[in-house]
Amino acid sequence: MSQVDAPAPPAAAALRAEHVTKRFGGLDAVKDVSIDVPEHSIVSLIGPNGAGKTTMFNMLTGLYRPTEGSIYLGERDITRARPDVITSYGVARTFQNIRLFGAMTATENVMIGHHARMRAGLFGSIVQPPRVRREERETRARARELLAYVGLREAVFDRLASQLSYGDQRRVEIARALASEPRVLLLDEPTAGMNPQESQRLTEFMRQLREELKLTILLIEHDMKVVMGVSERVTVLDYGEKIAEGRPADVRTNPRVIEAYLGRQD
Amino acid sequence: MSEWRSRLRRWREAAAERLPPWWSRALAGAFIAFGIVLPFFFPPTSGFMNATIIAVTYAVMALGLNVVVGFAGLLDLGYVAFYALGAYTLGWFGSGFFFKAHVHVLVSPVQRTLAGVHLNFILILAAAALICALAGTLIGLPTLRLRGDYIAIVTLAFGEIIGVVAVNGQSVPVGGGMTLTAGNLGISAVDQPYFPGIGQFNLLNLRAWYWLILAILLFVLFVNLRLRDSRLGRAWIALREDEIAAVSMGIPLVKTKLLAYSIGAAFGGMAGAFFGTYYTVVNAGQFQFGFSIFILAMVIIGGLGSIWGAVVGGMALGYINNYLIPDVLNNLPSKFGLNFQLTQVEFGIFGFLLVIMMLLRPQGLIPERRRRLELTAKIAAEDAQLAEVPGSAAGPT
Repeated sequence: MSQVDAPAPPAAAALRAEHVTKRFGGLDAVKDVSIDVPEHSIVSLIGPNGAGKTTMFNMLTGLYRPTEGSIYLGERDITRARPDVITSYGVARTFQNIRLFGAMTATENVMIGHHARMRAGLFGSIVQPPRVRREERETRARARELLAYVGLREAVFDRLASQLSYGDQRRVEIARALASEPRVLLLDEPTAGMNPQESQRLTEFMRQLREELKLTILLIEHDMKVVMGVSERVTVLDYGEKIAEGRPADVRTNPRVIEAYLGRQD
Repeated sequence: MSEWRSRLRRWREAAAERLPPWWSRALAGAFIAFGIVLPFFFPPTSGFMNATIIAVTYAVMALGLNVVVGFAGLLDLGYVAFYALGAYTLGWFGSGFFFKAHVHVLVSPVQRTLAGVHLNFILILAAAALICALAGTLIGLPTLRLRGDYIAIVTLAFGEIIGVVAVNGQSVPVGGGMTLTAGNLGISAVDQPYFPGIGQFNLLNLRAWYWLILAILLFVLFVNLRLRDSRLGRAWIALREDEIAAVSMGIPLVKTKLLAYSIGAAFGGMAGAFFGTYYTVVNAGQFQFGFSIFILAMVIIGGLGSIWGAVVGGMALGYINNYLIPDVLNNLPSKFGLNFQLTQVEFGIFGFLLVIMMLLRPQGLIPERRRRLELTAKIAAEDAQLAEVPGSAAGPT
């Protein structure tokens, strides 16, 4: 492995991937990519379709195990940790194509997000001592607060998730991720299917999240306006490889990035 | 048809609004009271009492399987294995089968003089639950990582393996000339329940048996209701709905599934232990693959994931199988001059019922609350659509 010559990363990174590779059979979905997400920052991961962005997310959240390389959350090595364990360490995510629990209400969906922070076990669930009842009550109240926080109307709190409008479903997904009390939030194309006004509002909301909840945010995004507006750093992937990294303004003028998006001009 | 349906729905909604909030509790209380006094209306050894006891035991099994299949969405085709293990727990710890041993705990004076292991029925019940939960954990640990259909295949095989072990257990020595099971001969002369202060159960008075299994049912029902509305119950539904999203939200996959599987197994074991003592014999021939499917049919007919549905489904198939077909309608074909009895075609009848159910009411007799919500939402949307386009309701749709 080529990790030997890697320089010691700064301690301030909230989430760090080092020379990560994911191979599916003969295909390198992600090839030797390193990402550094500094504490309290907003970082964007961009690239054309099939560049390996979601694969990267799946490795960061434990759904895939990297073929090579390591992933650290703060000082902790989470390369081989299970997804639920990584969530309990403080990483939460949303999905590109919304994955809410359709047969559960909006509130219940958000309560699931809090699962890792709850204590009630098998016997607690059956006997339901005051401690468990209180926990349940607090979780429900917290879930409703979060739903209000992401801007859901109270009238739909107890609607099934599958019956919510597209925009509301996106909101519930963010609330569900926040319910796990994360330090790092991964958003997979949060503005997909939104109009410019909605995207603009979400951009502001991301900043608000960072300030109010002290979050670190890593997002996959196609909307360049959002990327340029919100992120301090941008990492560009193409065919599984990192082709550029840096401040948004620099990345935008990088010839390799332009080539990846627009094709080579001969 | 759709107008008729929407009128029924509106009527039901209006009724739900007018009823006081304690209505469902009062209804449950009334049902329990009715269940307790039921035996006084029938002779203590009637065929109907016998059928009721079996039907209630089926309901316990259906409740157990409902946790696995309905709540957690794990298709278990080998549930009969836990019936077998529960029954054998009774055979081992409540009979003279292990004749070299002399262990007696809280049993009747008569049983105390007999050879073998004789434990109080409550202890056997707990042991059956524990053994089945352990077996469930053991088989579940490697297999619950699998998805959907593969779990069905593995559990099916597990059910078959337990059946084969039960048959061949008579040649498996466990020391002192004793064997693991008695194969198709069966472990007979098993103890009948005895409780200090209540006395000895016998088959001349079925009322005591009925109240015993009713108590077991109420216990299992209570646990089911509590689990459904708990952190664990929510996690099961989430896993059933979307495994990837669930684990990403912090739900441990194997542990949560394992809990569902072993709780379901424990309930199956308890019902199995009861059947063991009630049928007075633990026989390898009782544990056929068809029985797994039979219990699954109860859960599906009742309404997948619905607790009250499992109770109703289990009782309904129990009555049809043990009362309606053999006792009431058995001679029906001969009245039409046909030369067969209804018991000979009972599988055909069950198949017919299942097909009819799937056509007319695929969500089950008492659908789960969530499924009902989904369904009414769909109907409401359809109604709105029909209302928007005038005249289209009359057209072919």
